[in-house]
Amino acid sequence: MSGLLINDISMRFDLPNGGHVQALKNVTLDIKSGELMSVLGPSGCGKTTLLNIVAGFLAPTEGNIQLNEEVVHGPGPERGMVFQQGALFEWMSVRDNVSFGPDMKGMSRAESKEKVEHLLDVVGLQDFKEKAVYELSGGMQQRVALARCLANDPDVILMDEPLGALDALTREKMQSLVLDLWKDTGKTIILITHSVEEALLLGERLLVMAPRPGRVHKEYRLPFADMGVGNDLREVKKHKDYAPTREEILEMIWNMEEEIMGRTEENA
Amino acid sequence: MTGLLVLALYVGAFFGSFFIAKAVFKSAFEKKGFNKLKTVTFGDESAITANRVASVISVITVFWLWVAFTNSAIPLLKFPGPFSGDMTFTYTAQLEDGTTDDATVTMRVYREDIQQTIDDEGNPGREPDPAEVELGDGFAKNDSLTVARYSFKVVNVWANDEVSKRDGSTVVAINGQPIAPGESIRVDEGTIGLTDKGTPTFEPAVGLRMARLYLPAPEVVFQRFIWLNQEGYQGYTLLEHTWFSLKRVVLGFLIGAVVGVPIGYAMGLTGWARGWFDPIVEFMRPIPPLALIPLIIIWFGIGEVGKVVLLFLAALWIMIIAARSGVSGVAISKVHAAYSLGASKWQILSKVIVPNSLPDIFTGARVAMGVCWGTVVAAELVAANVGLGKMIVTASKFQLTDIIIVGIIIIGVIGFAIEVGMRSLENWLIPWKGKV
Repeated sequence: MSGLLINDISMRFDLPNGGHVQALKNVTLDIKSGELMSVLGPSGCGKTTLLNIVAGFLAPTEGNIQLNEEVVHGPGPERGMVFQQGALFEWMSVRDNVSFGPDMKGMSRAESKEKVEHLLDVVGLQDFKEKAVYELSGGMQQRVALARCLANDPDVILMDEPLGALDALTREKMQSLVLDLWKDTGKTIILITHSVEEALLLGERLLVMAPRPGRVHKEYRLPFADMGVGNDLREVKKHKDYAPTREEILEMIWNMEEEIMGRTEENA
Repeated sequence: MTGLLVLALYVGAFFGSFFIAKAVFKSAFEKKGFNKLKTVTFGDESAITANRVASVISVITVFWLWVAFTNSAIPLLKFPGPFSGDMTFTYTAQLEDGTTDDATVTMRVYREDIQQTIDDEGNPGREPDPAEVELGDGFAKNDSLTVARYSFKVVNVWANDEVSKRDGSTVVAINGQPIAPGESIRVDEGTIGLTDKGTPTFEPAVGLRMARLYLPAPEVVFQRFIWLNQEGYQGYTLLEHTWFSLKRVVLGFLIGAVVGVPIGYAMGLTGWARGWFDPIVEFMRPIPPLALIPLIIIWFGIGEVGKVVLLFLAALWIMIIAARSGVSGVAISKVHAAYSLGASKWQILSKVIVPNSLPDIFTGARVAMGVCWGTVVAAELVAANVGLGKMIVTASKFQLTDIIIVGIIIIGVIGFAIEVGMRSLENWLIPWKGKV
């Protein structure tokens, strides 16, 4: 079976004062190859921890991650990562950033040229390939990050709030780009976001996580991502199920936040 | 008092030139570019640019103060200088029986730096002879003596008198004014007094200008600069002194960087190295390099090796700390991203950590070069055969103030050049600095 299996993950951080934080408890997910999954949840629900475990930056206290039936033990090129911002290499040009993965594999520039040029076309940065990344706008920088990740041809792309720092208009364009790339490449994508709208639009499968301990609260299967491919996302938002689903999830997260606030007050 | 006058003049020049320059160079006071549209600039530091007219006037002011307080030949407004030339005063000698007689003393005041001047034929100046005077009549005879500016002369008026001091001749009046031992009277040309034992003294007026020994005039320093380049001092020309100092700095700094940067990286990357070097670095860092000079001399002597070792030690700790903070300044997301793109540890180091730490290393290098430049001069002051510091300290022993000033100016100019050079190198090598 090919795909990503998150197998009964628990994560416990020991604190210096002797206490501990249960960041994740018994999270099990079976993500099929080519699936687009968005993860939502209030702060402290462990969604970033989960992504870091899948990426291999953290080892879980219990359970394991299996990609294509092989257990993951650390970071690797088959799991690409797109960060919120600041993860590009400023000392390299746009083109060098994109070809970083192939370069690390020892691929010659001639070999990787076709792929790099193609990806620069796809993300619309062909005219900027000689520029330094710090000369680009925030949206363009995230395009570079997407292209850099794709150049390595990973099986799974992990996105940690990749559009969080962008303005609303740029964000909408980037959402369309992510959908198009998903459809074109057929990659498995896990996307963490704070925005309910983004989670609805960029999730075939939407996961709502709950905090303390971090766990999967509810799962949705949504049609909006498929509708959005190649279409205007504003049209998708007019779908009759869109607004009710959004309200339902917002309500759910609001309740969780209030519960956290209540508990904090009790403790105080 | 002169110090207060300089301060008052300097403050006056600051404000005075502002109002004058504002009226004359209007364009230099206009806001430029985007700042033109800003209504709030007081408090907005980014809107402040250095007024170059002020910089030019500032340098001119310092130069003018230099000229104004020295016996310079440069035709600029100067303060009253010391008296120079011939002057006379009369003294009245009285014998024990009450008879008195008047006689004159002619003082020839000459340049205190006469021996350092050269006439048209290239001969060094000589002290002048006293003016020729007639002895006159009476028991007190006329005297003639010489005295240098900024100096003081005890005038033994009885040397040629018919009645000596021992035989009961005393001076009771100067220029007709009664005077007692220990008192003095002022005239335009200086101060005439009596010592406690009653011998007349003459001190020429000094004005406000400083003697060459204390502050040589600009042109004197410039001539010395030329002379140092042609003739050299202590067996080396100025260029050679400078070259030796610079060579020591560059060598010491480079070895310090080559050793320090890898240690700094190791401290940022492995716990063992951090634990190993932490106590050494933290102990050595606060010790000023100058405190090590005696030990270095004992161990390595006063030759080149000792100097380079000292500068190596001055640069080493700075470079270690710069490299270590460069590693800790790498955003973890960049390292994670590189690992996710398949980079090995070696590739992480060479492709991510090294370039990312360059801005910190450059800042450290600038500081280290500055410290090394200061340390080399100090080390040469203590012991050296050649070098700018050596040149200065030897000149100071022979009171050659002009050489000292040439040395100080060269040290300042080179320190400034190092800073400017490092900055432009930085802009060229790490254009992304501060833009992330």
